[in-house]
Amino acid sequence: MEQSEQNVKKQRPVHLDLQTIRFPATAIASILHRISGVIMLFAVGILIWLLSESLASAESFAGIQSLFDNVIVKFIVWAILTALGYHLVVGLRHLAMDAGFWEELESGNASAKVAFVIAAALSIIAGVWVW
Amino acid sequence: MVTNAASLGRSGVHDFILIRASAVILTLYTIFLVGFIATSSPLTYDAWHGLFSTLPMKVFTLLALVAILVHAWIGIWQVLTDYVKPLALRGVLLFVFVVTAFAYLAAGITIVWGV
Repeated sequence: MEQSEQNVKKQRPVHLDLQTIRFPATAIASILHRISGVIMLFAVGILIWLLSESLASAESFAGIQSLFDNVIVKFIVWAILTALGYHLVVGLRHLAMDAGFWEELESGNASAKVAFVIAAALSIIAGVWVW
Repeated sequence: MVTNAASLGRSGVHDFILIRASAVILTLYTIFLVGFIATSSPLTYDAWHGLFSTLPMKVFTLLALVAILVHAWIGIWQVLTDYVKPLALRGVLLFVFVVTAFAYLAAGITIVWGV
């Protein structure tokens, strides 16, 4: 550690122009995969509650169905489906990369962008479905 | 030097396998359940209750919840290990998340048991 600090030149050019620094698509895909994963851990709690209520009795099933008329409930369900769809699509991309595909800079960036498009399409479909 | 970093599995390689194996189960469960709801519109209580009263669906549901426990345990460990450096705080957070995933499993067992 000390040696490497000594070897570093003190007067180095510093590039901190936040207007031009951008994460590559692969990095954005990765961090969103983590965020959507953590969201899903909370979302599963909601989904299990929905499952419990929907299976308890015909009355509570009807209660859950009428709950879906609420705009806030619709939004939460849509958000959960969006996070789930994104996590799933990028997870499948991950499995493809395990198999040796899309490991190069160009193909990795391209597959990340394709994953964004597919996840966005799934999100729109989920929105149409919920509303 | 750290020679072996793992959370749920016996080794990093074991974690690697476990998170992917559980991902496959969760993908299949998600596709099946979303497909069922989408194709049986409007969804009735009888169809919904009937689905979950069958043994294969109970087993599939519990498999998915075990997969969530495994998948979340390793995934949360990876995220916390990267971003939360104080050991005590990381330990407490991991404890809370893993206990939550266990609670989901316990709730799921109770739910499908009663159908």
